[in-house]
Amino acid sequence: MTLVVDPARLVDACMHLRDDEGFSMLADITPTDYLDWGSRGTAGYFGTAAGRDLNSPGSQGLPRTPEPKAKRFSMNYHLVAVPGAQRVRVQVWLDEDESVESVISVWPTADWHEREAWDMMGIRIEGHPNLTRLLMEEDWEGHPLRKDYPIGGEPVRFSEET
Amino acid sequence: MALAPERPKIYEGSRIPQPVPTILRVPEDLRDSEDVLEINFGPNHPSTHGVLRLVIELHGEDVVGLRAVIGYLHTGFEKNMEQKSWWKAITYSPRIDYLSFQNNELVFVLAVEKLLELQVPEKATWMRMCLAELNRIHSHLVWLATAALELGAISMFWYCFRERDSILDLFEMVTGTRMHTRYYQVGGLAEDIPPGFFPEARKFCGWMPKAVDDYETLVDQNAIWLERTKGLGLLSAEDAIALGQTGPVLRGSGVDWDLRKASPYLAYDQVDFDVPVYENGDVWDRYKVHMDEMRQSTRIVVQCLDRLEQMEGQPWIADDRKVVLPPREELHTSMESLIHHFKIVTEGFRVPEGEVYVPIESARGELACYVVSDGGPKPWRVKFRAPSFVALEATATCMTDALVADLIAIVGSLDTVMGEVDR
Repeated sequence: MTLVVDPARLVDACMHLRDDEGFSMLADITPTDYLDWGSRGTAGYFGTAAGRDLNSPGSQGLPRTPEPKAKRFSMNYHLVAVPGAQRVRVQVWLDEDESVESVISVWPTADWHEREAWDMMGIRIEGHPNLTRLLMEEDWEGHPLRKDYPIGGEPVRFSEET
Repeated sequence: MALAPERPKIYEGSRIPQPVPTILRVPEDLRDSEDVLEINFGPNHPSTHGVLRLVIELHGEDVVGLRAVIGYLHTGFEKNMEQKSWWKAITYSPRIDYLSFQNNELVFVLAVEKLLELQVPEKATWMRMCLAELNRIHSHLVWLATAALELGAISMFWYCFRERDSILDLFEMVTGTRMHTRYYQVGGLAEDIPPGFFPEARKFCGWMPKAVDDYETLVDQNAIWLERTKGLGLLSAEDAIALGQTGPVLRGSGVDWDLRKASPYLAYDQVDFDVPVYENGDVWDRYKVHMDEMRQSTRIVVQCLDRLEQMEGQPWIADDRKVVLPPREELHTSMESLIHHFKIVTEGFRVPEGEVYVPIESARGELACYVVSDGGPKPWRVKFRAPSFVALEATATCMTDALVADLIAIVGSLDTVMGEVDR
């Protein structure tokens, strides 16, 4: 089950889910970037504009246009009622310049998950006491899991001919 | 003389550090003291289980400050998987957790199958369960071997690796590879179970419980082992849940929660096994959970073998030609099979649009895969919920009032695999 929550009321919603509905554990936070979602276009009789490239999987496009998304980023909070099996996904939609409240006060485990969301996706977390990079180096530029972050964007030493 | 010191009772209230739950801060009265020494533990220390760096502050032998620095093994698995077709991405998943690789492979395949709403043949389900449990034993053996080695029980390392090797031999027999097997295919298994697997696996299952008894004989009465594990690294049930702990860490803290029982996947509702739970939340109890789980896993493997032996000749992979490769021999005679084979290999199969979160119980706890598909042949987003990543968050809480020598035992008991932490 997915609950879409207004970012401004996220902490209230989480408090309610934890205290009144028994979702005692935050299993994971999964931020997702939907930039250019569905822009690959659908496959048609003529293929795509770029033509048919067999070495690039998916060059034929999608079978149909996917449902448009509300905003660029989604933050998904996967909750579970321990000890039990009931699960719920709390979803928050954000644009690039929007930030989301930290849920660290509700579940302390959110600490690293939120730092990872910032590090990898560049999602600003308001009220996090230690919002620094987690996996990448401290002086890293950019957020690697964003869709506009190129793969192979990092210069590789000694790879160029001199 | 009593073998072990009186063990401290599990604490009341919460010990999670404030304001940052994963950082232990030097107490106010020691902050200006010149006796506090900041040292780096790792990233290249042998008992950091990979490349974990802990910045610790010592006051004498007491650890008064601690913060973990991770990311040294970050390889961008999730980003890479977005660039690959679904069936190429399977290759990445076992490499994330290199000790519990079958489980990682399984969770990704299960997530894709859930999006595809694909029915998997019974034989594949049971074989997956059999291998997942063998893999759990494998992972626990490596954990026990290295954790004991760090506490000075070197012989344990050789004994555990002996059994580990027989498990790897079984994997090699079935899949052709010892680690990172890539044996699970979307829809079932890549190949049928080879002849000769069952007797070998039964031989192993006959031996394994005795081996676990042997391990316990080695250390259970050992005064050093008892002193270095009992009453250390305490984590209460409330704190464990608040910190998102799962698997042996949670069950060592007295919470009876195992996904195999709570929300059975594969065919775990059809096998008979117990979930070991211990109450004290210390290193010893986590060790005990691991030992008991190895016995229980052996029980499950035996039941899987019983069922699998009766499934001789049954299909091991689903018969959906849009997703599953056609049988090799058909390629010479059937044009349609050739086309399907070509399309799946070059472009990959398409997975319907949607998002799923599939959790399973890996050797380290709740391992989950969150997958988003836009309907194309490549995943839009893959995110692994790594149990070790979360387990490492509990280090600061477990290290409250601990000595520097205990650090090794405590970090070891959380059973982290850095490949999975950093992904």
